Amino acid sequence: MSTTEVDRQWTTRLRKRVTAKLPPEKLLPDTQPSYVSSWIYVFGVTTMAALAVVIATGCLLALRGPQWWHGSSVGHFVNSLHLWSVEIFFFAMVIHLWGKYFMAAWRGGRALTWMTGVVTFVTSIAAAFTGYLCQTNFDSQWISTQAKDGINATGAGAFWNVLNMGQMLMWHIVLLPIAAVLLTAFHVLLVRVKGVVPPFDDTATVAS
Amino acid sequence: MILGWFAAIFPLNSLGHYIQWHIIQISVANLVVIVLMVVTFLVALFAPFPGRKRRKENR
Repeated sequence: MSTTEVDRQWTTRLRKRVTAKLPPEKLLPDTQPSYVSSWIYVFGVTTMAALAVVIATGCLLALRGPQWWHGSSVGHFVNSLHLWSVEIFFFAMVIHLWGKYFMAAWRGGRALTWMTGVVTFVTSIAAAFTGYLCQTNFDSQWISTQAKDGINATGAGAFWNVLNMGQMLMWHIVLLPIAAVLLTAFHVLLVRVKGVVPPFDDTATVAS
Repeated sequence: MILGWFAAIFPLNSLGHYIQWHIIQISVANLVVIVLMVVTFLVALFAPFPGRKRRKENR
């Protein structure tokens, strides 16, 4: 195979494009700019750490099922871990959002990073709401009957039936977690490509 | 024992407490979480970060 032919292969072109955009030293950097040494920058990674616990405890709950999380002390504990990691996830994500909003973190060609964050936030809310419906208790029954009126008022009730436990469970444990994890990974890769947004005062310095 | 104390301080079997102001109604629990988020946000902005001074000197 000639060099030209090798260069024209899609694998070669994709590899060159990816490594040009995201060389290893950018993907896994040794250092960060000095302005990153502030507590306000820790909430993104706190959100991801909480997400990891949410997924891990969710997998355990899926393995053992409702009788386990309702009827055993270990099941109660894992169920509580799942709940409280979600609480920390949203707590940290909202502070991350506030921080990035006041930094105007979409500056310097970072609009896609901002927008993937927005979509991840909305996806996570949907994941949390469907989680309320999957508890298999009176709380989830109450919430589903209240939610169906709201959803039906939007006209989406024919497709999105919150009274359909099977549908809500599949959204909660398959589609929405996959979407949230993939979007988070893409969001972090975009941060790596563009770098952490500099403070307003440093913008001129960084641009030059 | 500890769980018993905890349950006495934070009874979860009673009705929730709500605050109402005109059309705004919010549970005390949710309000506490929002206040905690605002406080954490402010602390994160102003609390000194370990090693920040050293990094600035090295720059």
